[in-house]
Amino acid sequence: MNIIKCAHKVYAILMETNRPICIWVLLLGIFIFPMNIGAQEVVLQKDSIITINLDEVILISARKAFDYHRQPKPLSTLDEYLESSKKVDMVKRGAYAWEPTLNNMFSERLSVTIDGMRIFGACTDKMDPITSYVDVSNLSQAHIASGQQGTEHGNTIGGAINLELDRGNFKEIGLYGGVETGFESNNQMSVVGAELNFSDSKFYVDTDIIYRKAENYFAGGDEEVEFSQFEKYNFSANGGYKIAGDRSLTASLIYDEARDVGYPALTMDVSLARAIIASVGFEQDVLWGSLSNWKSKLYFNKVTHVMDDTKRPDVPIHMDMPGWSDTYGFYSQAALKVKKHQFLFKMDGYYNKSLAEMTMYPNDPNELPMFMLTWPDVRTANGGVYLEDELDLNGSFLKIATRITAQNQNVADEFGLNSLKIFYPEMEKSKTRFLKSISGQWHKMWMPWHFNAGLSYGDRAPSVTEGYGFYLFNSFDNHDYIGDPGLANEKSMEANAKISWEKSKLKVGAEANFFHIADYIIGEIAPSLSVMTIGAEGVKIYKNLEYAQLFNTSLDVEYAILPELKWSGLVSYHRGTDNDGGNIPFISPFSYRSGFQYNSKSFSAGLRISGAAKQVNYNPDFGEDQTPAYTVCSLNFGKTFKFNNDSMYAKFGVENIFDENYSTYTDWKNIPRMGRNFFLTLSYSIN
Amino acid sequence: MKTIKLVLVVFIVAVGFTSCSSDGDDTPKFEENPMANFNLVANIEANGHSLELYSEGKTGFTTGYNEIFVRVKNNADNSYFANPDISWSPVMHMMSMNHSCPKSDLSITDDNNTVAKGYIIFQMPGNADEYWDVTLTYGVNGEEFSLTETIEVTAPADGKQTVSSFMGTDDVRYVLAMVEPKDPEVAVNDMTAMLFKMESMMSFPLVENYTVTLDPRMPGMGNHSSPNNEDLTYDAATKSYKGKLSLTMTGYWKLNLKLLNGTGEVLKGEDITDENEASSLYFELEF
Repeated sequence: MNIIKCAHKVYAILMETNRPICIWVLLLGIFIFPMNIGAQEVVLQKDSIITINLDEVILISARKAFDYHRQPKPLSTLDEYLESSKKVDMVKRGAYAWEPTLNNMFSERLSVTIDGMRIFGACTDKMDPITSYVDVSNLSQAHIASGQQGTEHGNTIGGAINLELDRGNFKEIGLYGGVETGFESNNQMSVVGAELNFSDSKFYVDTDIIYRKAENYFAGGDEEVEFSQFEKYNFSANGGYKIAGDRSLTASLIYDEARDVGYPALTMDVSLARAIIASVGFEQDVLWGSLSNWKSKLYFNKVTHVMDDTKRPDVPIHMDMPGWSDTYGFYSQAALKVKKHQFLFKMDGYYNKSLAEMTMYPNDPNELPMFMLTWPDVRTANGGVYLEDELDLNGSFLKIATRITAQNQNVADEFGLNSLKIFYPEMEKSKTRFLKSISGQWHKMWMPWHFNAGLSYGDRAPSVTEGYGFYLFNSFDNHDYIGDPGLANEKSMEANAKISWEKSKLKVGAEANFFHIADYIIGEIAPSLSVMTIGAEGVKIYKNLEYAQLFNTSLDVEYAILPELKWSGLVSYHRGTDNDGGNIPFISPFSYRSGFQYNSKSFSAGLRISGAAKQVNYNPDFGEDQTPAYTVCSLNFGKTFKFNNDSMYAKFGVENIFDENYSTYTDWKNIPRMGRNFFLTLSYSIN
Repeated sequence: MKTIKLVLVVFIVAVGFTSCSSDGDDTPKFEENPMANFNLVANIEANGHSLELYSEGKTGFTTGYNEIFVRVKNNADNSYFANPDISWSPVMHMMSMNHSCPKSDLSITDDNNTVAKGYIIFQMPGNADEYWDVTLTYGVNGEEFSLTETIEVTAPADGKQTVSSFMGTDDVRYVLAMVEPKDPEVAVNDMTAMLFKMESMMSFPLVENYTVTLDPRMPGMGNHSSPNNEDLTYDAATKSYKGKLSLTMTGYWKLNLKLLNGTGEVLKGEDITDENEASSLYFELEF
């Protein structure tokens, strides 16, 4: 049952294909079960539909499936779940709101969505990646797609992360719920959460609430990391109602608010980060006789972000930096199966308003405050169509996907427009771009060998910061950044390949991808410009490099020593260079992870080791220095207790057992990561 | 539906009538007052005439550049003389000496022939012991009149320097005054300044074909500058120095200047460096 649960998308598709499910489930099981080191990397390898994409699915909600074993740390933050992905690394500016990177690419090169909804952070300094506006209690899984395979929800270069909401989906379960609580010793984080759900064949509603509060954490060697506290709560409700047998209405609402969030790596903290994310949807099984799975959604979200430096000692100048990002959007999609083709048609659009301002208060109280718009109320209107075809070629599968998007950006605020015209006297108020993507992915099987290969092309528009940012201070390289509205689209040519050997006990896979990114957008020092931020070294303006190249490769092995005991290991290597052979910043050094996982019916235990070699390729021009090698270990134990119909699950663990003081290449300004940490979580499910 | 339409029609008609009637209440205007949006800063009555001095924006005379509009009213019938021939002479009465200041001639404006326009650049404010007066000589109906009135010249309310009187390295005393921007914006602003030399206590002729370099800074924010400023160069048509001033944010800006003569020699002012935060020749603005 749990296999079907964790792969419910696959299950749904299988139901349509009317093939004998048991065979597929069996095949799936082979690949799902061994993959539980470092959370739930369920690589759905066997199914014809999913496998063509080398997607990764990270299971987040296990409560409804009683699948607690597979969660090394059930109430950890979403950030920790995402970090367990093979391709995702998290950039840390503190203990909260880590920024996901995929294939060593940052948010502006990724499409990060919540149930297909576009949402954009409101912070000019990337202190609020959108993954910080949901919590694990809201989600069932995170779907991670690499490169152009992730264009279903929007144009991307590096890939896509789609966070899927947890919902009852008209299953005949009735009323069920749970309470859970967790504690972590290192930063005295306490978590409490509760959920109450109801689902039957006509109607479902899921509600949950979660609250987290953490104090400063301590790095290895008892070094307190000041300003790393945070407090947040999150509430969500979503429901569905069947109007008729084949039609249903859905709605969802998430309210997420964090206060008093410290960012030890930055010069400012956050007093408020709030998001309201809402949608209504309509689903119909069949449309016009031949189309199936018609799904449409209307959504809006509103993000408010307020930076605050009043708690910091010795700020050279006090400033307020609030930001707002509102997005309104829709999508509608339907599938079509014709002989060997499986088509997916999708139309989508969104309208985003991004506004951010900065007010600086002079030390001389007689002087007037200094005010500027750092995002000049940029209105982005984006509309696109996406089409994919999955083709069964007798023994191999081919997936072709394409997206065409038109995007207009308009600077709505005169003040902001005039500010930018200081730099770009000829700039137009409005700019329209056309974006396109095409990709082909092929999967061939000679049991037990699998071969996957893909080629693709795609481009992206510059982000609001890259196009219109005005004196945005980057504390990592200590420069003020100014956008350029005339930037060319960034274009990516990508090739990927994966070869794997898969048997019931042993699985070995090697994969690599290569990106040639023309017009790569990056900041370049403008020596003639005067720094605005006190203490900054210089000013950079975003510009197009001729090209940059990124290469990622990894090898992973999984071996079932006993039916209950599995070993897995992963090593990866990454390289990024620009057209002069210079190093691209934020490229991972050689890294590895390995672990043993023991799962019996009611008991589980895991031992994990992860680390990285010394960073060889880094770029001091972007504030990087050499990150030393490190290795950290963690251990966890879990036990399920049954009480009549209810169950309680307890998990206890220790992370960074040897209290290593370390930081990774993604740690902003080398802030050290958490030292030794004991955690305990208790989940009680009422059925 | 019909009821709604009817209500709508009644509403629109009612609004229409109200608007009309409020227009009708206004007293009829036989002549548009050309100075309606200006401030009367001085009204001097003599010889059966009123000399009215107006400013656009200012409520009085301040140090720096003052654009002034003058009208001569016939008090007998409250009419204004057309094309009056007016000249003026401002004088500062100091403890030890008297001196004048840079000024233009008064010329009749194109829009209205009862209004004469000119400017006076006061280098310093008056105080308890020292004061400015202005002597106005005007001819109407073939007769010439003259009168002198004490005026109050104050430093601007925000205390910001918009005029500088200084001795150049060529031992000539200069007066440099900022004319524009009057209402600075976060944008590239057109900047205008005027340069005079002090030939004698009473004579301040325009100086042509020099250059004023411009380096705006924010002393409250690390003394940073802004990009794409243009130095001020002489514009013969307007007899003033024109340049571009980029202001990247609101707040207090110090516009550091250097005065260069026709051969590029620095007569006053210094470059801004890490050691030298400000030039001795500067303007200030805050918005």
